[in-house]
Amino acid sequence: MPQILMPALSPTMEEGKLSKWLVKVGDTVSSGDVLAEIETDKATMEVESIDSGVVTELLVAEGTEGVPVNTPIAVILAEGESAAPAPVAKTAPEPSEAPVVPAEKAAEAAPSQASVPAAPKFQAENDPDLPEGVEMVEMTVRQALNEAMAEELRRDKDVFIIGEEVAEYQGAYKITQNLLQEFGPERIIDTPITEHGFAGLAVGAAFAGLKPIVEFMTWNFAMQAIDQIINSAAKQLYMSGGQVKAPMVFRGPNGVASRVGAQHSQDYSAWYSHIPGLTVIAPYSAADAKGLLKAAIRSPNPVIFLENEVLYGSTGLVPKMDDFLLPIGKARIARRGADVTIVSFSMGMRYATQATEKLVAAGVDVELIDLRTLRPLDSDTVIESVKKTGRLVTVEEGWPQGGIGAELSARVMEQAFDYLDAPVLRVTGKDVPMPYAANLEKLALPNVDEVIAAVNAVTYRS
Amino acid sequence: MARKAVATKAKTQSNIPEFTKEQDLEAYREMLLIRRFEEKAGQMYGMGLIGGFCHLYIGQEAVVTGITMASEKGKDAQITGYRDHGHMLVMGLDPKGVMAELTGRSGGLSRGKGGSMHMFSNEHRFYGGNGIVGAQASLGTGLAFAAKYKGDGSVSIAYFGDGAANQGQVYESFNMAKLWKLPVVFIIENNKYAMGTSIERASATTDFSQRGASFDIPGEQVDGMDVRMVYDAAQRAIEHARSGKGPFILEMLTYRYRGHSMSDPAKYRTKEEVTQYRQERDPIEQVKARLIAGGFQTEEELKAIENGIRAIVTEAADFATNDPEPDAAELWTDITISA
Repeated sequence: MPQILMPALSPTMEEGKLSKWLVKVGDTVSSGDVLAEIETDKATMEVESIDSGVVTELLVAEGTEGVPVNTPIAVILAEGESAAPAPVAKTAPEPSEAPVVPAEKAAEAAPSQASVPAAPKFQAENDPDLPEGVEMVEMTVRQALNEAMAEELRRDKDVFIIGEEVAEYQGAYKITQNLLQEFGPERIIDTPITEHGFAGLAVGAAFAGLKPIVEFMTWNFAMQAIDQIINSAAKQLYMSGGQVKAPMVFRGPNGVASRVGAQHSQDYSAWYSHIPGLTVIAPYSAADAKGLLKAAIRSPNPVIFLENEVLYGSTGLVPKMDDFLLPIGKARIARRGADVTIVSFSMGMRYATQATEKLVAAGVDVELIDLRTLRPLDSDTVIESVKKTGRLVTVEEGWPQGGIGAELSARVMEQAFDYLDAPVLRVTGKDVPMPYAANLEKLALPNVDEVIAAVNAVTYRS
Repeated sequence: MARKAVATKAKTQSNIPEFTKEQDLEAYREMLLIRRFEEKAGQMYGMGLIGGFCHLYIGQEAVVTGITMASEKGKDAQITGYRDHGHMLVMGLDPKGVMAELTGRSGGLSRGKGGSMHMFSNEHRFYGGNGIVGAQASLGTGLAFAAKYKGDGSVSIAYFGDGAANQGQVYESFNMAKLWKLPVVFIIENNKYAMGTSIERASATTDFSQRGASFDIPGEQVDGMDVRMVYDAAQRAIEHARSGKGPFILEMLTYRYRGHSMSDPAKYRTKEEVTQYRQERDPIEQVKARLIAGGFQTEEELKAIENGIRAIVTEAADFATNDPEPDAAELWTDITISA
């Protein structure tokens, strides 16, 4: 390989200045020796020889500006090599004869790149049929979450819990109550207040084959750790060509608590649902909390499990089974109806459920859908419903811009436009940081009346 | 202002450990493979075959070589930042796969989906290849956590640079590593510049071996240009970690000859400084001189080794040039695992 070519300093560089030769004809060079310096407006670089030999020709004079990348700039002959006639440097192709349509114009109309292959379609399973006569136990969401973790800790010794106050304190919100006593300090691990560090540590442990459950005291504090969640956990499988997994759960209370102000009241549903590589779950009922958390712990993927402090004490019926698992990625139709579709999740379901009761009493046949999982998002269930009702109202506590409702609205517009009898309406948290004052906080949150008003609007009842 | 970079020689290391002929030969081969591979990568970058960022390890070869020689290959885990090609080559990952990842081809270690900064091997226990400065300190501490949890006797070796040494999560990791006595060795590769910012302009204290002092983590400063010094210190640090005493910090005083990445203004340091390192401290030349002076190898024998390495690098480059790009369907694979 006798020719030395003008190198590129970056993929966007097209030409540069050959500022200086550091060798002359007749010099013997070996690999690593600096031959020349080149320069662009933002960088300089030394051209090193990658072969040994004798410099027989310098093809470009030093100080020459605008030398195109890949132009031969020197010839180096290895020992015993003879000078072959230098191939003619590439020149611009001759213009082709009389094109009917200028090439640029033609290119505008037709896609020039290979077409993007279709995305594979996620197919969620249905909820399993419950065994006949199964006992239904009333319990709080808190108990359901606690049972789910205890069962999975018993089942798999690679599962452990790590976070602030999860062990001795028994959980800041008592979700990990009694787990230290049963599983010991090796598996229920109190951390220093160091979210970025322990999240990264847990991701590393997952790479090495463990199955961490990372508890964030609240998701607000996970912003300190979001780089490790997204850049390390979510992207690892893809960046490694499928080699390195991060089987883990990040969980804790999300959304608005009560009177704790802007930094402690925020809904991260839309944030995490944006990220390919993550699974995002936000349950409302106690049964869903248990069945989905167990599924999340068994998932080979990093799962964001968004709980809600206000819902921890609410009760529901949970089937008493050895292994109650629910499918990730499947919405639940909480009430079947024909007039209007309301879609919500997590705390939003409380507003939506109360509004539905009132609307049904007023003669509106509401179909109410609880998304349960936000990624993969079960839009099939929503689209099918909208095809039937022709109307959609979404309810969430998060901010409107780029929210879950915004995403659903776009998908319905794309896939069920012709079925819509009214614009999709979103009921969301107001587009403000959460205020502290009781009256202002109430105004900032979505409420039952807003849901009813939206339904009235899309059904033209107002 | 104007504090001078004096930390070119390690101050805590005294005796120079002797290498056997076999050790010198091993070190020579490994370091030369990195050097020739990186030169080729630089050339292929210049030809437009490699895109994006490409951070070359030229000059720092003794660090990863000496440490890996002191570690248990296939058992101890290693993790580093974005300047990662050398680590993979010494750990035994296929040079063809590394080069083909650099060119974004289907035969790359990450099937062309990772690039220069994102390659991994469960088999060789190499965990990247991480593009976010400092992230590998926490991740590497997690690898050590897993080692202790499983009781498998492995040690985690986490490399980061003088730049990353100022990131907050490094100290969060130091704290937990010491608190829980995790088997981790932190290697601070101090090549004196975080991109273009010298350690004197970025760090309130420039003795990075003492950065664990607040956590009572022992640290040593090591001449990272002498593979024997690196190996010797690494043996002690790894033994410390493996025996259950917790983390250890090794600051490797090293130097990169090339720019931070390919596009480098080269205005932040003098040409004389670079030349001086290359001429007086080069890790490969040191070993080569020893091998010849000791009468272990003749120039011809070393030439034969060099030719063998050249053949490996040429084969890797040819493979990486001719291997096809990933199939378009790869766009949608490996995002999540179907349960």
